[in-house]
Amino acid sequence: MSREVDRELNPQRRRFLGAAAGAVAGGAGGVGAAAIGALTAASPERADAAPRTEPVSDRHRWGMFVDTAKCADGCTACVDACDQENGLNLQAKPLGDDKAKWQNQRAVWIRKVKLQDKTSGHVTNLPLMCQHCEHPPCVDVCPTGASFKRADGIVMVDRHTCIGCRYCMMACPYKARSFIHEEVDQKLTRAPRGMGCVESCNLCAHRLDNGQTSTACADACAAEGHHAIVFGDLKDPNSPVRQAMAKQPSRQIREDLELNTGVRYAGV
Amino acid sequence: MTQHHLNAKHQIASAVAVLLGLVALGLAAAAQATGVGDFVVGSSKAAQLENCVEPTEYMRRNHMEVIRHQRDTTVYGGIRSTKHSLAGCVECHVGYDADHKPVDIDGKGQFCAQCHSYAAITLNCFDCHATIPEGEAWNQVTAAAHPGGLLPGVEQQKVPAEPAPAAESETQ
Ligand code: SF4
Ligand code: SF4
Repeated sequence: MSREVDRELNPQRRRFLGAAAGAVAGGAGGVGAAAIGALTAASPERADAAPRTEPVSDRHRWGMFVDTAKCADGCTACVDACDQENGLNLQAKPLGDDKAKWQNQRAVWIRKVKLQDKTSGHVTNLPLMCQHCEHPPCVDVCPTGASFKRADGIVMVDRHTCIGCRYCMMACPYKARSFIHEEVDQKLTRAPRGMGCVESCNLCAHRLDNGQTSTACADACAAEGHHAIVFGDLKDPNSPVRQAMAKQPSRQIREDLELNTGVRYAGV
Repeated sequence: MTQHHLNAKHQIASAVAVLLGLVALGLAAAAQATGVGDFVVGSSKAAQLENCVEPTEYMRRNHMEVIRHQRDTTVYGGIRSTKHSLAGCVECHVGYDADHKPVDIDGKGQFCAQCHSYAAITLNCFDCHATIPEGEAWNQVTAAAHPGGLLPGVEQQKVPAEPAPAAESETQ
């Protein structure tokens, strides 16, 4: 546990040192830390339930909490919902492409991952998507600045400036990003998609921008009755995600990298 | 009837003919003048409107600047409901076929494609963006149609551990 506390505190210290050295740390994450709780308690504001007219700000930091104990084996509700919401189901296998190759190459924003403990045989299921790191390696390596973190903590790609070099895909420890190899015929208005660009989960930014505070995956999981994914504002102690996180210990995947991820998992 | 009379009559007739010809020429010229760049598709919503989100002359010359500005506002600021969104262009300018199905706006003879081919400009917005209004998130048109602020099907967020009086949830 003390190791875990260290992990929580280190980002704070790093940010302080980083700021002193003139490096821009951006945003005030520090999810579980009591200090941040106190800081945000003063202004517990929620998402504005109307299309936004002001630019996003660091008043919110969006994130998720996943209770792996509730994530059901064989269920793909979140993956399917994401595909529908973001038009990923509209991708078509290029003519003559191998089926297995296509399965590997088609863009996915969220994957089901199954872990098995070799000794005990215990199986854990979890959904894995972009972890919306506070210190995102994908942003660090991007040569054009296309990979960026929005003020509200959402990491995304400005595909107008992405050159498709795929550095970010190599840098991401979570295999969260996909490359679009060929032009896609059908696109949704809310989810543009272009050949030669990289994309990944954007926490359903179009929903947030319209004043809705939920994601397609979290909604689908709840609709199936599993409630394994909780979405919300990590800076608001009253938000569903913070309430859920307060009840049980949670961890970051690859917490050794100290990325201060916006997606936290219980039971891993 | 004298010769003189006949002559006068003839002269008047030719004068009228010349006048008519001039008027016809003028009309033709006028038609040509407005014909240039007038590619609004008859079946689109835009055809019913007096002008675009800005004066037509301004839009003809500057629509790309306007869209590019909105693009950054949307990508970095998350603002999607203002009047210069590309989604709004498509929503309003898309044409419909006989079955009332939207036709790809970058298709031959459609609004965007026709003018860009006239001007010999490569149009690549639609390599990535949707060519018909489908799976809308929000644009100025839908925003105006839903003054309450929320898209149909979108529910107000319920925040637990907080008494949510009905009056308050309305103003959110
Ligand atoms: S999970 Fe990967 S894609 Fe997402 S912010 Fe972190 S490094 Fe970037
Ligand atoms: S693929 Fe695009 S977003 Fe990724 S590093 Fe290269 S330019 Fe940046």
